[in-house]
Amino acid sequence: MMDAPLDWLPMVFVGLMGLSFLVYAILDGYDLGVGVLLPLDNPSQRDSMIYSIGPFWDANETWLVMAIGLLLVAFPKAHSIIFQALYLPTALMLAGLILRGVSFDFRTKAPSTEKQKWDFAFKFGSLLATMSQGYMLGRYITSFDDSWLSVGFASLSAVCVTAGYCFIGAAWLVMKTEGELQRKAAKWAKITNILMAIGIIVVCFTNLLIDQQIMDKWLGGIQVLIIVPITFLFGFTFVTVHIYLGKVPMENDVGCWYPFLAAILLFILCFCGLAYSFYPYIVPFKLTIFDAASARESLWFIFVGAAVVLPMIVGYTIFSYKVFWGKTTKLNY
Amino acid sequence: MLDAAAIANDTSFMLSRIQFAANISFHILFPTINIALCWILLFFKVRYNQTQDESWLRVYRFWVRIFALTFAIGVVSGITMSFQFGTNWPGYMETVGNIAGPLLGYEVMTAFFLEASFLSIMLFGMDRVSNRVHTMATVLVSFGTTLSAFWILSLDSWMQTPAGFEMIDGVAHVTSWLEVIFNPSMPYRLMHMLLASGLTSAFLIAGISAYRLIKGDNKKSVKQALNFSVTLAAVLIPIQIFVGDLHGLNTFKHQPAKVAAMEGVWQTDTGIPLLLFAIPNQEKRENSFEVRVPNLASIILTHDSKGEIKGLNDFIDAHPPVAPVFFSFRIMIGVGVLMLMFSWLATYHFVIKKRYPTWLLKTAIAMTFSGWLATLAGWYVTEIGRQPYLVTGILRTKDAVTTTAPENIVMSLTLYLLIYGFLLIAYIRTLFVMANRAVILEQPNASITGAENAPEVKIPLTTFSNENKGAQ
Ligand code: HDD
Ligand code: HEM
Ligand code: HEM
Repeated sequence: MMDAPLDWLPMVFVGLMGLSFLVYAILDGYDLGVGVLLPLDNPSQRDSMIYSIGPFWDANETWLVMAIGLLLVAFPKAHSIIFQALYLPTALMLAGLILRGVSFDFRTKAPSTEKQKWDFAFKFGSLLATMSQGYMLGRYITSFDDSWLSVGFASLSAVCVTAGYCFIGAAWLVMKTEGELQRKAAKWAKITNILMAIGIIVVCFTNLLIDQQIMDKWLGGIQVLIIVPITFLFGFTFVTVHIYLGKVPMENDVGCWYPFLAAILLFILCFCGLAYSFYPYIVPFKLTIFDAASARESLWFIFVGAAVVLPMIVGYTIFSYKVFWGKTTKLNY
Repeated sequence: MLDAAAIANDTSFMLSRIQFAANISFHILFPTINIALCWILLFFKVRYNQTQDESWLRVYRFWVRIFALTFAIGVVSGITMSFQFGTNWPGYMETVGNIAGPLLGYEVMTAFFLEASFLSIMLFGMDRVSNRVHTMATVLVSFGTTLSAFWILSLDSWMQTPAGFEMIDGVAHVTSWLEVIFNPSMPYRLMHMLLASGLTSAFLIAGISAYRLIKGDNKKSVKQALNFSVTLAAVLIPIQIFVGDLHGLNTFKHQPAKVAAMEGVWQTDTGIPLLLFAIPNQEKRENSFEVRVPNLASIILTHDSKGEIKGLNDFIDAHPPVAPVFFSFRIMIGVGVLMLMFSWLATYHFVIKKRYPTWLLKTAIAMTFSGWLATLAGWYVTEIGRQPYLVTGILRTKDAVTTTAPENIVMSLTLYLLIYGFLLIAYIRTLFVMANRAVILEQPNASITGAENAPEVKIPLTTFSNENKGAQ
């Protein structure tokens, strides 16, 4: 507002917020994906799959609260515009997150005859959440345009984001489980990997066509060269993962972490691509980061806290992953 | 004025209010239990560590599972809350975002991550980390829930009694963070809420334990839990009443219109009576069916039988709807008095007579959710009492509302109400399913050990495990 145009504080906050969204997409991504993949016909595999995410989902979801919180805190105007425009998909996403969050606990505590129903609620809730998130992303990319073309694009995005989450979820299972479930997961990962690749290609082209500014950014000068290594990296990752997944289970489970790592890499690449396309806008082509930022003294107050607390958060997140390291076992209270 | 847009806006306003009230009312039910239950679990665990008495571990294991369930609902309904500001109250963040934002931000950074990360270690980590680390994790989760209450109550209190800021071009800017965080009503509200949480948990534990006793569950752990919760309630309730009184005095100083609504006072006067019952009539601006105790309201609020209390007529157009505040206040106080009577009676029976009569156990069951009732009533006093303002004196609620079409809100509201209704039933039912299961579970063991006084026989605690299918 009153701040000089290239103030660094809003930049720091947009960075933190972006990082939170990315970490959210990766972490909650895999547990949402596992939820979507739950097999309807195999209770014991459902158990193992849910055990594999049990200790993590709550902290994973907190990254969403963090990301939304930072958007709210640092860019309140953008928060208002975005969530009024995405009013209904947001409500649906929340309904989905509520359903799955509670099913996770009810399934083991309700009468056992109802366990299966809660499992289905878990699956359905996860699907509702991933579809809504993908739809919201699509609407955001097309600047909340209402034409049927844009809505169609958003629906496609809903499917692709779901595929992406399923991919990272399946990759997680390849890493965390053994035996038949692992083989099944590898198969899921292979299919969703391809779906995700198609999705990424479509989104890339649509993105370029949406606005001249984005086109210029990517193709309008020497930076066009960067597309070469990026495409290569994408291609390499997709192909190697595909080959690896065909070979699961490997002897001694060699490289069971590779698909998951690859999924993370792909998520990061996609995210950076989008961020580059839309910078410096926070609401595409309507509101820039600098116009939307809160007052300096407020940002500063949070910044100090974040500098102290974020390293601690990273620390205990790592601690928690270490405690539950290795192949999944049954969860007991 | 009565054009279509204005009507749509009015409808959006009403619907948004209902939706916000529904969401927060649902959300608060679960934190209220958890904030205290977590510390109580810590107590059970420490008792076990000290005495090595297996029944303390049993109490812990039974309640930690209820805690986990409650926590999950608390988390997901809380996530819904954090979206509400943008979707339904954009004017709120645009006006006071510089204050609300950082407070919410600190809550996420300092409290939510702490809870969420250590929760899994607390729940599932018992056989993966050392006992010390596990106890530490329990401490950290408890600390996290309390810290989260601290921040959110700081924000809510600031909305009641704003301080430490200046308005520049219609936007609030902070002048002192210390004054913002420790605003005038914050210490009272925090104390009152933490005590409310303790009482809610105590009555929940008492109710479920009494239920198990009546169902014939004679395990030592059930009695331990009942004795503990009854004693806790007996200790907390007088403190709560005392703090509530201080809270009211503080509100009298800062939000006189709210107190006037709580007491049903229309006309400023001295020597105001305390109304035990009345039906406030906002049209005629008077009460009917008054049952009064002369001068008592003046005495409570001003410590002078001739003290003056400002009436609602001094705040025309800037006072809350009277009836809901008036009745909610009486419900809270009524429940408080019942809690006092019950917990002292029960403690008397437990300490002097060493046993509980059946009617007392049945009363405990009836009061299982009394904490919820008082807490909701209390929050309605606080929040409705602040109307028509969202932030006292600065921002009117209707000026903050969304421009989203009413149809959208109808849909989201219906969705939330359906889900909440369903979950509330499922939650309460599951509590009793778990209680019933615990009664049946270990009955064979109970006969081996005589359940009561045979701590030397190790009861296989794995029977408590998550997945005990044989137990239905
Ligand atoms: C007095 C206590 C209190 C009050 C008034 C509120 N909350 Fe709450 N909230 C808690 C006490 C709490 C808690 C005890 O910290 C919870 C309950 C279970 C949990 O996980 O933490 C929680 C959870 C919780 C979560 C999930 C945290 C996580 O992911 O772990 C969010 C996002 C919110 N809350 C947000 C809100 C908002 C936006 C509120 C008001 C408008 C609000 N809460 C009122
Ligand atoms: C947790 C306990 C709480 C309960 C049970 C509660 C309940 C309510 C209720 C019933 C209303 C409606 C008043 C009316 O319109 O007549 C309301 C209003 C409101 N409260 Fe709270 N509240 C709580 C905490 C909070 C907190 C912590 C905040 C903010 C940080 C908050 C922000 C608001 C806002 C923005 C409104 C205006 C919307 C409206 O009028 O419905 N509340 N609340
Ligand atoms: C019996 C004596 C009690 C008195 C005198 C009392 C007094 C008050 C007052 C004056 C308020 C409103 C403060 C304001 O909005 O400015 C309030 C709110 C509240 N009360 Fe009570 N109360 C009593 C008992 C209880 C009990 C037993 C519970 C719950 C177990 C409870 C829970 C609450 C809650 C949750 C609030 C809203 C949050 C807050 O403002 O602190 N109260 N109480």
